[in-house]
Amino acid sequence: MDALDVARWQFGVTTVYHFLFVPLTIGLSVLVAILQTMWHRTGNERYLKLTKFYGKLFLINFAMGVVTGIVQEFQFGMNWSDYSRFVGDIFGAPLAIEALVAFFLESTFIGLWIFGWDRLPKRLHLAAIWAAAIGTNLSAYFILAANSFMQNPVGFRINPDSGRAELTDFVAVLTNKVALVTFPHTLAGSFLVAGSLVTTVGLWHVMRNRGSADTDAYRFATRFGSWVVLISSTLVLLTGDIQGKIMTEVQPMKMAAAEGLYTTESPASFSVLTVGSLDGSREVFALKIPYLLSFLGTGDPNGTVQGINDLQAQYATQYGPGNYAPIIPVTYWSFRFMIGFGLAAAAIALLVLWSQRKGRTPTSRWLLRAGLAMPVLPLLANSFGWIFTEMGRQPWIVFGEMLTRNGVSRTVSLTEVLTSFTAFTLIYATLAVIEFKLLLRYAKAGVPDLTPEPEPTDDDTERPLAFAY
Amino acid sequence: MELTTIWFLLVAVLFTGYFILEGFDFGVGMLLPVLGRDDRERRVLINTIGPVWDGNEVWLITAGGAMFAAFPEWYATLFSGFYLPLLLILLALIARGVAFEYRHKRPEATWKRRWDQAIFWGSAIPALLWGVAFANIFRGVPLDADHEYVGGLTDLLHPYALLGGLTTLGLFLTHGAVFLALKTTGDIRHRARALALKLGVGTAVAAVAFLGWTLTIRANTAAIALAAGAALALLAGLAAARARREGWAFTGTALAIALAVATLFAALFPNVMPSTLDPAGTLTATNAASTPYTLKIMTWVAVIFTPIVLAYQGWTYWVFRKRIGIAHIPTH
Ligand code: HDD
Ligand code: HEM
Ligand code: HEM
Repeated sequence: MDALDVARWQFGVTTVYHFLFVPLTIGLSVLVAILQTMWHRTGNERYLKLTKFYGKLFLINFAMGVVTGIVQEFQFGMNWSDYSRFVGDIFGAPLAIEALVAFFLESTFIGLWIFGWDRLPKRLHLAAIWAAAIGTNLSAYFILAANSFMQNPVGFRINPDSGRAELTDFVAVLTNKVALVTFPHTLAGSFLVAGSLVTTVGLWHVMRNRGSADTDAYRFATRFGSWVVLISSTLVLLTGDIQGKIMTEVQPMKMAAAEGLYTTESPASFSVLTVGSLDGSREVFALKIPYLLSFLGTGDPNGTVQGINDLQAQYATQYGPGNYAPIIPVTYWSFRFMIGFGLAAAAIALLVLWSQRKGRTPTSRWLLRAGLAMPVLPLLANSFGWIFTEMGRQPWIVFGEMLTRNGVSRTVSLTEVLTSFTAFTLIYATLAVIEFKLLLRYAKAGVPDLTPEPEPTDDDTERPLAFAY
Repeated sequence: MELTTIWFLLVAVLFTGYFILEGFDFGVGMLLPVLGRDDRERRVLINTIGPVWDGNEVWLITAGGAMFAAFPEWYATLFSGFYLPLLLILLALIARGVAFEYRHKRPEATWKRRWDQAIFWGSAIPALLWGVAFANIFRGVPLDADHEYVGGLTDLLHPYALLGGLTTLGLFLTHGAVFLALKTTGDIRHRARALALKLGVGTAVAAVAFLGWTLTIRANTAAIALAAGAALALLAGLAAARARREGWAFTGTALAIALAVATLFAALFPNVMPSTLDPAGTLTATNAASTPYTLKIMTWVAVIFTPIVLAYQGWTYWVFRKRIGIAHIPTH
């Protein structure tokens, strides 16, 4: 074990952890804004109750997203300083813009929204949650543009004197075709998580809290969430399909690794499940759909999909001797888990909608159990999606330009990285337990009773604040 | 003006903004066990910064991002070189950020006490370590010819750096106490003001010693003027606090922080991180910078968005301008 291994583990652990909170923040900010808008439009109090209820769950989650995000930004310099030197000219810009354009918007207006119930006129208060939601979604774009540069570097040249990458075309970086499709794919994946959470909590109250005065609100939430899940899973499929084609083009090795396809095939079949030896020399069991991989990768059922062995030979001549294949079982399985877990959530959403058709109240315990599993599934799908994307890029940190092992900080010792890795793991594990229990507690508590909102005033009366920490 | 100079200034401005804004947040956090005698009082204190602390912290994120974009070598050397102090700062900011949001989420006294501790340590540790870090950036650290940090942890902990840490700690404490005097009513307000005066005197001593020492290391006319200004602003702020002019007192401590940070940056320029070993290892605003193309794009972005950010953040402070007292804390 050396500092490189620990730095990689630390990056993987902290990033996957950050991305447990990110999808919920992205999705739920918009869903809460929609609920609050519905309250404005209709005046129906059930929407206000739902706004406050899901708003609380959103905030519990949001806090974790914020604090784990700061680690991400510092980490590039701390553990990956040679990477930072190499790409700083290009990579720093979207990060700085993200902070200036998106994070300020998000954090300032969230504060206004949380504390502004009795301080802002109603319309402005509604605008605050929308501003925060827009900021959140914008932030995703910039960071994904940065990440897409690592997958498919564009708009740069290598300075022959310094050996560093230099920006030549910023528009090209922002309109990287990988970024353009990764963004909607990640957003759709995020709404899948948020919709699932809304559904789960609603369903639990519909089934467990029968006869409650708020059943009506919970039924609405359940349906609302289920529709969000169904729509976003469709979008995830559509964008994922385009992503597959782009990936085949810009990182053919990743596609081959996703499939465990060792030799070039045309047409290539999609393996649903294969058990065999690691180097692909022996197959024990395989379930395959003919033509599908060709179609996924190229849009043509007879298209050629390159295999790992051929690509390896090609890269070895291009970049010099070395192993240019990622860890195949990881890419193979993470790709399948991403798709499988995501679609499972969509299937449950369909069941939930069906069980409530024409005003019925579902009673099946199996449905309740499946419903409770619902938010976990797309969360896992998102994590596996990232593990696939990032592990599938290995051994590169910037595809074709810099190897991961050359990006690590040279002067940071193993002890230092181990210290930080251990510290983050411990504090993250503790906080995970705390956050999960809080979410559960507030989800179970259900929608709040409404106290009439006093009109905003400017005088200095000693009236208690509508909201206080 | 050269683009690299503009970006040196912008990074300085971002850190200055960060220290002014999160400075009083840290102060409030550290004063929590001192000024908050019971849960209700502690809630008053926390709620003075409740709506704004996250927006204040984004100044740090932006400063870090700007450094990465404009001076990647500086960012890379600084963050990998000051590894353990930055790790501590990160852990502190994590605990503190979560604490604000979670503290009131359960009624148990132990629950609240734990989060209160998180807020206290989460504020005190960065308040001290930022001073240590900036004193080191200014004085210089062992960098080899590749601009890599080759020192250890102990190279960062020398008397000058510790005095720097003490100075930021004191400044933020005083600034926080003055902020609380400005933002609260009743008994807390008076206690905060009295404490600000006591803390202010000690802080003034530390700050004058630190800035004086700074000027003996490296100085120019601008830096000398700024340092004198910082000392004056602090004293004027304290005088205003004595006279119960809390708005002016706050302006004074904010200015003192701004001018103290400006002193360091002014005396540092055109270097961004001097090397104490090989002069070739010294990072400057030129050799650490990105290409002119990147800097030009970033300048446009900054010119357009900084005023917008300042406008809505300023507006937020105006929306939450009212003082808070125990009567404002809801009982649930
Ligand atoms: C697709 C979306 C996405 C991705 C890939 C990342 N993040 Fe993130 N990040 C968000 C989406 C997001 C967010 C949804 O906007 C968050 C979550 C909670 C929040 O406040 O904003 C956030 C928070 C957040 C914060 C705190 C902002 C604040 O204080 O308000 C920072 C500094 C970062 N992130 C930085 C990063 C870095 C350096 C990443 C790369 C490794 C990263 N994030 C991956
Ligand atoms: C968009 C912003 C992102 C950037 C800039 C980014 C950058 C990086 C970098 C620099 C590494 C290097 C470490 C390495 O290769 O080992 C890495 C690896 C990794 N990242 Fe990302 N990443 C981003 C988003 C994510 C997200 C959101 C996740 C998952 C939730 C993720 C998961 C991983 C994993 C699992 C590794 C592999 C660790 C390893 O094999 O070493 N990344 N990424
Ligand atoms: C259903 C739930 C799904 C979720 C939550 C999900 C999530 C993700 C995430 C978070 C990533 C990494 C970020 C990115 O590069 O966008 C990713 C990558 C990817 N996803 Fe999905 N995904 C899902 C379904 C699908 C489906 C159905 C397909 C294909 C038909 C697909 C194809 C891809 C591909 C090809 C990539 C890699 C892109 C690249 O590395 O360039 N995904 N997914």
